[in-house]
Amino acid sequence: MKKDISIGSNILRDGNSVEFKTGAWKSRYPSHSKEKCKNCMMCIPFCPEACIKQENNILTDIDLDYCKGCGVCAKVCPFNAIEMKDTHDSKKEVD
Amino acid sequence: MQVGHRMCAGCGAPPIVNQVLRALKDEDNAVVSCATGCLEVSTCIYPYTSWRNVSFVHTAFECTSATLSGAERAYIALKRQGKLNKDKTTKFIAFGGDGGTLDIGLQSLSGAMERGHDITYVCYDNGAYMNTGTQRSSSTPHFADTTTSPAGKVTNGKMQKRKDLTEIMVRHNLPYVAQTALYGNLKDLYEKAEKAIYTNGPTYVSVLSPCPRGWGYPSDDLAIVSKLAVDTCFWPLYEIENGVYKITVKPAKKLPVEEFLKTQHRFKHLFKPENKWMIDEIQKEVDEKWNYLLMMEEKTANS
Repeated sequence: MKKDISIGSNILRDGNSVEFKTGAWKSRYPSHSKEKCKNCMMCIPFCPEACIKQENNILTDIDLDYCKGCGVCAKVCPFNAIEMKDTHDSKKEVD
Repeated sequence: MQVGHRMCAGCGAPPIVNQVLRALKDEDNAVVSCATGCLEVSTCIYPYTSWRNVSFVHTAFECTSATLSGAERAYIALKRQGKLNKDKTTKFIAFGGDGGTLDIGLQSLSGAMERGHDITYVCYDNGAYMNTGTQRSSSTPHFADTTTSPAGKVTNGKMQKRKDLTEIMVRHNLPYVAQTALYGNLKDLYEKAEKAIYTNGPTYVSVLSPCPRGWGYPSDDLAIVSKLAVDTCFWPLYEIENGVYKITVKPAKKLPVEEFLKTQHRFKHLFKPENKWMIDEIQKEVDEKWNYLLMMEEKTANS
């Protein structure tokens, strides 16, 4: 199979680690409750993976493709809006 | 920094790096260099890089400051010759762990600071060589248990006191030196990073970076451990601007140092009844440092 390789095998794109998903590392899943969340944005700078997303100062999503399940966000939240669970509640993620 | 880096879960270094780079204005460029350490090896695993919107220079363990001071001089020379866009500003930021800063990189750091390059050195201090498995460094706190200073029958953890690099940097007569941590809503870290980056001349910022693996605490306690370090005055938050000391966070109630020590496995042996003298000694060192800072703040306030 022919693959395109750059000269010197240099990395040509910055920040391409986005292609490497670290989400499989986790054993616990963060579950975000929109009712409890006051959008104080404390969790966003504390997240070591920077995988908590916000749009117009509203917390929208925790990207489970990269979340390593450390639980820093759950402890940092003053309103207990993020809870660490042992299983992934996939139904909740959809809506 | 981009997602997909391979730092441990709950590591303190990525929030520090993100917050420091957030302090950089959007229109400015940055050249970043890392001393070998956790941050460097886990953000640049081939064929991936986690660095985005900055130019990253890979360098050896001991020469981060030397590499960056060379880059800064080249930038000035090219700008003078009109080969670079005059309206664009580029800032130079180095990140190093405590091993790459206090031990191995100290001479190049000292040299770069003395020569007066316009660079910012950020040391994320986790108090041991965590990358290779928690070997002691000169930043390891007194009596901390590491793999090369084990607590047991013969030794009681690290027998030497911690090297105070912030104070050494102050003696280099830098325009700005600061010590900070992941405290509260990270405003302190942001403000100090902004000041350091936009102060003309060499600046140094030391940030406490808790390490769940090396320190032995659950990975979700990052903010709690950092806060306790500040509230017990184990890690005072202060800055020195042109020789004037200022303590930026004075805890309303100074907690006893046990509160910080008992959260971590590396200080577990201190809580045996016969080892109480070690806690007293750590408390004495913490108090001495705190009183020294209060004294210096008062002394330099009117000068």
